[in-house]
Amino acid sequence: MNKRLIALAVGMVLATSPAAAAQAVKIGMITTLSGGGSALGIDIRDGFQLAVDQGGGKLGGVAVELIVEDDARKPAKATDIAQRMLNRDKVDIMTGIVWSNLAIAVVPKVTRAGVFYISPNAGPSLLAGKGCHPNYFNVAWQNDNLHEAMGQYLTDKGYDNVYLLAPNYPAGKDALNGFKRFYKGGIAGEVYTKLGQKDYAAEIAALRAAKPDGVFFFLPGGMGISFLKQYDQAGLTRQIPVFGPAFSFDQTILAAVGEAALGVINTSQWSKDLDNPANKAFVAGFKAAYGRLPSLYASQGYDAARLIGAALAATGGNVADKDAFRDALRAAGFESVRGKFRFGPNHHPIQDIYVRQVVKEDGVLTNKVIGKAFTDHADAYAALCKM
Amino acid sequence: MARRAILATAAVVGLILPLAATASGQEYLIGVATRILILALAGLSLNLILGYGGMVSFGHAAFFGVGAYAVAILAYHDTMGEPVLTWPIELAGTQSAFVAWPAAMLISALFALVVGAISLRTGGLYFIMITLAFAQMLFFFFVGLETYGGDDGLSLWARSSAGPLDLGDPATFYYLTLGLVALVLGFKARLVAARFGLALQGIRDNEQRMRALGFATLRYKLAAFVLAGAVAGLAGALMANHSEFVSPALLSWQRSGEMLVIVILGGMGTVYGPVAGAIVFFTLEELLSQWTTHWMIVLGPLLVLVVLYAKRGLWGLVEDASRARPLPGKEERRGEPAS
Amino acid sequence: MLIVEQVLNGLQLGVMLFLLAAGLTLVLGIMNLINLAHGSLYMIGAFVAASVAGWTGSFVLGLLAALPAAALVGMAIEVVALRRLYARDHLDQVLATFGLILFFNELVSIVWGPRALFLDTPRWLSGAVEILPGLPYPAYRLAVLAVGLAVAVFLAWLVRRTRLGMLIRAGATNREMVAALGVNIRLLYTLVFGLGAMLAGLAGVMAGPIYAVEVGMGEHILILTFVVIVIGGIGSIRGALAGALLVGLVDTLGRAFLPTLFGAAMGPAAASGVGASLASMAIYIVMAAVLALRPRGLFPVHG
Repeated sequence: MNKRLIALAVGMVLATSPAAAAQAVKIGMITTLSGGGSALGIDIRDGFQLAVDQGGGKLGGVAVELIVEDDARKPAKATDIAQRMLNRDKVDIMTGIVWSNLAIAVVPKVTRAGVFYISPNAGPSLLAGKGCHPNYFNVAWQNDNLHEAMGQYLTDKGYDNVYLLAPNYPAGKDALNGFKRFYKGGIAGEVYTKLGQKDYAAEIAALRAAKPDGVFFFLPGGMGISFLKQYDQAGLTRQIPVFGPAFSFDQTILAAVGEAALGVINTSQWSKDLDNPANKAFVAGFKAAYGRLPSLYASQGYDAARLIGAALAATGGNVADKDAFRDALRAAGFESVRGKFRFGPNHHPIQDIYVRQVVKEDGVLTNKVIGKAFTDHADAYAALCKM
Repeated sequence: MARRAILATAAVVGLILPLAATASGQEYLIGVATRILILALAGLSLNLILGYGGMVSFGHAAFFGVGAYAVAILAYHDTMGEPVLTWPIELAGTQSAFVAWPAAMLISALFALVVGAISLRTGGLYFIMITLAFAQMLFFFFVGLETYGGDDGLSLWARSSAGPLDLGDPATFYYLTLGLVALVLGFKARLVAARFGLALQGIRDNEQRMRALGFATLRYKLAAFVLAGAVAGLAGALMANHSEFVSPALLSWQRSGEMLVIVILGGMGTVYGPVAGAIVFFTLEELLSQWTTHWMIVLGPLLVLVVLYAKRGLWGLVEDASRARPLPGKEERRGEPAS
Repeated sequence: MLIVEQVLNGLQLGVMLFLLAAGLTLVLGIMNLINLAHGSLYMIGAFVAASVAGWTGSFVLGLLAALPAAALVGMAIEVVALRRLYARDHLDQVLATFGLILFFNELVSIVWGPRALFLDTPRWLSGAVEILPGLPYPAYRLAVLAVGLAVAVFLAWLVRRTRLGMLIRAGATNREMVAALGVNIRLLYTLVFGLGAMLAGLAGVMAGPIYAVEVGMGEHILILTFVVIVIGGIGSIRGALAGALLVGLVDTLGRAFLPTLFGAAMGPAAASGVGASLASMAIYIVMAAVLALRPRGLFPVHG
């Protein structure tokens, strides 16, 4: 359906002014639309598309052509698509990748080719630190940010014996390191689980035996759904509170977890009830266009499009002048759905991170902001970035 | 006839593809073609044990992945200026293709020797599963291997250096890959007709008889397994260079399954089958996925149809069409035409 | 105390694997068919149960809808495609059923969308039961254990004591003979396949409240299931049970105790990673070891 929308938008532009169409800025989006994890990619695409549609096929008043392709979550496929977009489609800007490992495989190729890459999700430490690049911007977060916020929150609340759980892969280790960077209390246990694991009975039994006063976990996607259900069935939800980053309590996940998630506190840079005009327009527009509540990922896709829009408006759509366009991106002159937003020296966000709680609204599980963990938070890798 | 015509066309297309792609401004096609050729090479190595030896390895991606990681790790240590090993001997990293690629083949072959020595004691489905088990062990090993990026994988700064050849140039790298595929094809055609290959096929068809004839069957099978491991390692080394990136996804069981699909689709036990299988499979995937995100719903039933109606794979169809009339009494299932 | 609980966890995971392995090993042992799409039937069971339970609010109705649905889908693919593959090479079966996996994954994501579905425990099974003083255990997991053991007993009875079981056993050894006796062997095979599919569907429903109901949920567990039947010995129900319990225990106990064990030896930070990696590999190491010592599994069926 969206492909048809794009075609329609492009078609309209073509029909009205052929000269402008020739100058339409080409944006290549590589994201995960099929197989496991496709819910995230679809939300990013839909969020981005919403911003384009709201502008009537334009971003920042400049006509854009959005080319979307599915990477099926395979690094080799993503690199091939990137090559094709750079070479055949001659895109000016790229975006869309969901996963850190795919970003690490693709982004350096894109930026080295002189094309801008705007990350709507993955923010691996490599690209924020040693591997940063002037053409790379992350409009979501550095991977550690939400975990750091939870560390800070639990310290503020006086927790002193927390149990930690994450999958045994780099993002899992980064998550717990990020948490510990700001958490000052004691640690009851630190467990790394198998990637893609479904059964957590063994971990939950060990956890109960350790008698912690709280549990912090980072288990993205289906892993988190399984963990939360099993944690609830073990009767622990009311005994030992769990905490986690927004990924496990997002709109895409909550419906599958059910009541087990009710009341859980999580950290996020965005929430659908944040009170600012941009967010209101986004949430209402998303619901009207797609008939569902927007997720975190949709908000990031939307912001990615609006960041590009602001830069296009500032440069009058002249992407060829790389330096001017880069400066315009760096200025981030758009109203983010999360309120305040600016870029740090490594082109990663400096932003507030909120604390949310899962509540039930009109029979639907969703999140409500209950506080703020960080104000103007930057990531820990900026100092390593030389550019 | 059809067979010869297709081979001639394929050779011509293979040779002029980079020129045509460059002339029409579609240089990315060179990269796509290179990837298909690399996977065809992996398919060729699997076909040696699968098609000619009757050994169904469901862990072939492990050898592919080991080769890729060998190149990436050597290059990583070279860029970092740290030795790979300090004990028992000091071993420096390298980016030279002349050192790293043979090293990749050697390490894959050694790994295949260990896996083969244990697995070849079993047969049938048990063999399928034990090879899978070794591949899975290795997969989780690389996922947890933090030094080299774990699940995030490891990026190469550049392609291997190969004396006067600039592998960073897509066309050069393509021709090198094409040359290696042709070399392996030629080598395999000879091997299959030689005493070793005939013995291997004899073992596939009736192991007991071959043993009774005095062949040390296990040794033949193990030799084929190690050889296939080495070629898969070479394919892996090429893949690491092609994507300038390695990750545990290279060793996943889905990847092993994909290799089986290439070989069976193309036609097992035929010399050119795996190449045809790789070309058709990935071209289909590429075309279908550009047409719809639900491409798998088309590709899935297509595979079922091929199994039901093209019993000897696509290349089998070509060979059947080329033969004046079927040779009577020839085993239909896997028989290699007499020509 | 912790050990008792972890052993229970291991048994429960084992029983879940048994439900899947039983159907797979029946089909493999009798029809000599490798069905990779078995995991898809598990997924279909879970998705149907989740939607029906979602509409009606009743887990039991979901279960009652899912079992025939899985059986019907199973029999449909048997009639349309798989029955032509019985006489074929294992490899052809692998390729064709791999194609079916792609088809069903995409079909499910078109019908139900890409997001995970919700399936809750029935209210009367939620919460925990105190099985020993000071040891609460989720009631639902106990129920899974019970269902799995009941299915094991039922299958043993079916195969050994009934006319159908006799035909199944006879059909596995000598197809022509049974056909000569006037038995419709085609129908028999379709029914056996349906039974296997229904067991996979049952496993999917039982798994729904514990694991995430999502596209691709069948593949991860499919590999484990193959590990189970290979360790047990292909075609043997008894072997499937033994293999399933062994895999369940090794996996659970490995995850529970290996990291701690290594932690004591090497210090926590480095060791938890090594321990976790080893725990991930544990079942594959066990499988390789079993096959290296007994190349036809623990309970080899014929000769």
